[in-house]
Amino acid sequence: MNIIVCIKQVPDTSEVQIDPETNTIVREGVPAIINPFDENAIEAAVQLVEEHGGTVTVISMGPPQAEDALREALAMGADEAILISDRCFAASDTLATSYVLSSAIRQIGDYDLILTGKQAFDGDTAQVPPGIAEHLGIPQVTFAIGLEVDGKALTVRRLLEDEFEVTQVEMPAVVSCVKQMNEPRRPGIKAKLAAKKKNVQVWDQTCMDVDACLCGLDGSPTRVVRTFAPTRNTEGTRFEGEPKETATAVIEALIDDKII
Amino acid sequence: MDFSFTEDQQMIVDAVRELGEEELAPRASEIAERGEFPWENVELLREMDLCGVPVPEDYGGLDMGFLTWGVVGELLSYYCSTTGAIFGAHMLAQYPIMQFGTEEQKQKYLVPLTTGESIGAFGLTEPNAGSDAGAVATRADLKGDKYILNGTKVFISNGGEAEVYVIIANIDPSKGTRGQTAFIVEKGMPGFEFGKDEKKMGWDALPNRELIFQDCEVPVENVLYRTGRGFRVAMETLGIGRLGMAVGAVGLAQAAFDAAIVYAQQREQFGQRISEFQAIQFKLADMATGIEASRLLYQRAAWLKDQGEKYEKLAAMAKVYSSEMVSRVTSDAVQIHGGVGYTRDFPVERYMREAKLFEIVEGTSEIQRGIIANRVLREHRI
Amino acid sequence: MGIYIDKPKCIGCELCIPACPYGAIDMVDEKAEFNENCTMCGACAYACPTGAIVLEMAGKGEVDTSQYEGLWVVGEIGPEGTLAPVTAELIGEGRRLAADLGTDVSVVLMGHEIADLADVAAGYGADRVFLVDHPTLGRYRTQPFTDVLTGLINKHKPEIVLIGATTMGRDLASRVAARIRAGLTADCTELSIQPETRLLEQTRPAFGGNVMATILCEYTRPQMATVRPKVMTPMEFDDSREAEVIQVPVEIDEGSIATRILEVIKDETGSDVNLTEADIIVSGGRGLGDPKHFALIEELAELLGGAVGASRATVDAGWIPATHQVGQTGKTVHPKLYIACGISGAVQHLAGMSSSDCIVAVNKDPDAPIFNVAHYGIVGDLFEVVPAMIEAFKQRRGE
Repeated sequence: MNIIVCIKQVPDTSEVQIDPETNTIVREGVPAIINPFDENAIEAAVQLVEEHGGTVTVISMGPPQAEDALREALAMGADEAILISDRCFAASDTLATSYVLSSAIRQIGDYDLILTGKQAFDGDTAQVPPGIAEHLGIPQVTFAIGLEVDGKALTVRRLLEDEFEVTQVEMPAVVSCVKQMNEPRRPGIKAKLAAKKKNVQVWDQTCMDVDACLCGLDGSPTRVVRTFAPTRNTEGTRFEGEPKETATAVIEALIDDKII
Repeated sequence: MDFSFTEDQQMIVDAVRELGEEELAPRASEIAERGEFPWENVELLREMDLCGVPVPEDYGGLDMGFLTWGVVGELLSYYCSTTGAIFGAHMLAQYPIMQFGTEEQKQKYLVPLTTGESIGAFGLTEPNAGSDAGAVATRADLKGDKYILNGTKVFISNGGEAEVYVIIANIDPSKGTRGQTAFIVEKGMPGFEFGKDEKKMGWDALPNRELIFQDCEVPVENVLYRTGRGFRVAMETLGIGRLGMAVGAVGLAQAAFDAAIVYAQQREQFGQRISEFQAIQFKLADMATGIEASRLLYQRAAWLKDQGEKYEKLAAMAKVYSSEMVSRVTSDAVQIHGGVGYTRDFPVERYMREAKLFEIVEGTSEIQRGIIANRVLREHRI
Repeated sequence: MGIYIDKPKCIGCELCIPACPYGAIDMVDEKAEFNENCTMCGACAYACPTGAIVLEMAGKGEVDTSQYEGLWVVGEIGPEGTLAPVTAELIGEGRRLAADLGTDVSVVLMGHEIADLADVAAGYGADRVFLVDHPTLGRYRTQPFTDVLTGLINKHKPEIVLIGATTMGRDLASRVAARIRAGLTADCTELSIQPETRLLEQTRPAFGGNVMATILCEYTRPQMATVRPKVMTPMEFDDSREAEVIQVPVEIDEGSIATRILEVIKDETGSDVNLTEADIIVSGGRGLGDPKHFALIEELAELLGGAVGASRATVDAGWIPATHQVGQTGKTVHPKLYIACGISGAVQHLAGMSSSDCIVAVNKDPDAPIFNVAHYGIVGDLFEVVPAMIEAFKQRRGE
């Protein structure tokens, strides 16, 4: 089976801050990583191909540096990598992004399954996987925690609010993966060295059939008009000392505040 | 001259740092506390292809030399000293087989040691043969196509957990060191048992066990190099051992320094951060200088080794200098922490206990100075 | 924007007929043809094997925004057939926004045997309820819900559509927005109307909660947003309120739905309270040391009528099922009270809970980052502090 995994290179969000003066996002010096959920998608794809045969093609839309994320995916066991990079794709929102990715997937053509992370760590929208599915006109199964393939039938265990749902669908389909699905492998040094030597294709808009009006800023109905730092909690009260006393003090405070 | 890493080395450094930060560091204190061999970390080294950094690719290694091996070892020791020590002790079986083994021996033992399928250990030290390595009393007597080993080795790092041992025994005590011979002994060979695991001042998760040979039968094809040449095998292995000790000392010292410099900038006394006191500043300056100097020494020694040059003097210098440095640096790190530094809530007290070992094993500081003096006097004979 | 049939391509296979939820396709001379029921929902386009049905997307600036009016809330129905709390919250928030716009609030309810929920929606403040009742809609599935909702939106042209940022809401809203090419903002925590433009200002956290962003959809309609549960305030329920109920007849063929739900497995661990809907959450972390110690967390949670949460470390270690995981890789929660026991407070965990109204942290490490967000921090051993809290609460309640 042929699996396409869509990945995104994201800044390590734990280190992203807002410049309090300008209210702009400070990305300088923030390390770039593979979106953590995408690692689960790569792992799932590699495992499926190990079991059923086939190839894993990993694609990413982003700036040239996103090649690093693709190489990491190659080290994890993906067979091929395509970087979808063009200035006219910049500033795409989730709709335009899913349009461009689906166009690339169409261009690749031969696929049974599209895997993605459940959402990107920086944007946290979870909107791209259903967008891709819609643009391709195939079913989506989101928030997958387990995946089984039997012929053309795909059985997906979904992680919902307080229950698991087992859904069956015929491939091709788009499946988005949650963190708890698997433990992504840590590629060894040999795999990393080998991945460095592999070819990462770079596709611009001429490599696929895309309508430029539907990409980038033009194709994005949403626009971020303002960013700012969230207001953090004010100084809390700290209790140290005898557990009995500290516990009682906090319970009293909660009751007084009518929280419990 | 070029002090920068190659692209491949940088990639390895980044990968080991990631491994260290995510997997090793969070559990390092717990592992030391628990006192059990951290197989989970050995498994990680295996997965990451880190069990044979300098071993040729034909035998499953990365073929990246001892400088890269040293850099990896330093980082492992930085994040988890126990794991760094296991990594170092493993090489003491791997290296002599790589250097002196026959093709058959390499296929049989070097390959699994390199893939990490088996762990290695090196057995030279005996109750009465510590610094005096010539005094090995373990006997090996030829009987048909087997050698029969009898004797006891002590303090053997990785002992009991390792599968492959390089053991120095004597086939003819009348010849002294000329009778010494190296053998590859497998865990489970009849007559090979493990004795007590030493209770130490630190390093509770690193086994230092007795190896007991009682009519242990070792096939003749397991003689490593030539009979009567075991002393050479031992000495060459100890050269790598010294390098490994320097590497581990630098990693541990860096961990202590990093803890101290963070604490010094957080802790306030007399209305200011203690890092603003010159007494603390000078300590930090000396610590940082010692670490940097030690690192340059081991890296230059390893570089010489990788060039095929004589490196033994530099390795001895690196070992003695960095082992004394790490004792000082870890002690200063505790001092900077003050009272809490002496408690088990902070790792620096463990670092200090662990540091002392470096001055003792793989040749005491006194032995190293002897080696260095011997070399420099030879070089400067007038 | 529109939909048309490329007649030469139509082979008369009739696959589009069962796919259409609105009974809008007739066969004329062995070719498909739309009748007046067509809502341009697009369901047929995906069923067509030859690409004869073409759904045309509108480009930027081609949408006549003046045609769109009214605020919609897409209802979510809980497992017990009740209206999900987030729907009541969104109706409440919708009323506030609708007042600023001088418009009304409609609620779309899709499900099976849900007629009584129209009154519930009315009681929470809905002016109008679109009731879509069909056996295939008994449990949420992307395809039929997307087809039905798209059809309704195309037909009635609401200005704003709000959906709960739940697993269902995020799945459905994304698919519908992509189909109708509408702008969609995920997981909003603040909504308001820009007075001069009448645009919906949608504010949401990004970058793991380190950044807040305000987003507008200027050229497309409806303006769609998913909204984080527990953030908005519902109106007081008033059963004297009434709403206009519009029954929406649909024809959906089970055979044309791509997905089948084989099984639903309830998570039996801990209390019955749904984490994202809980007012009180008691969470345990690595500090518990052993899975069996979650019993202590459960005891406190049960006593307070709350849900049990967990840090990623404990879920990774297999101590508790993934449904309990709070944080960036788990669930984002916004309870009134969050009690973190033995959780150090890695940034990823904080991203999932730091917007809670009140945070209590119990940790023996005084430098644990969790204390930076805690309103009440207790430095101490959780095995001493938590039982003492249980005791103190019982005593106080006993009085």
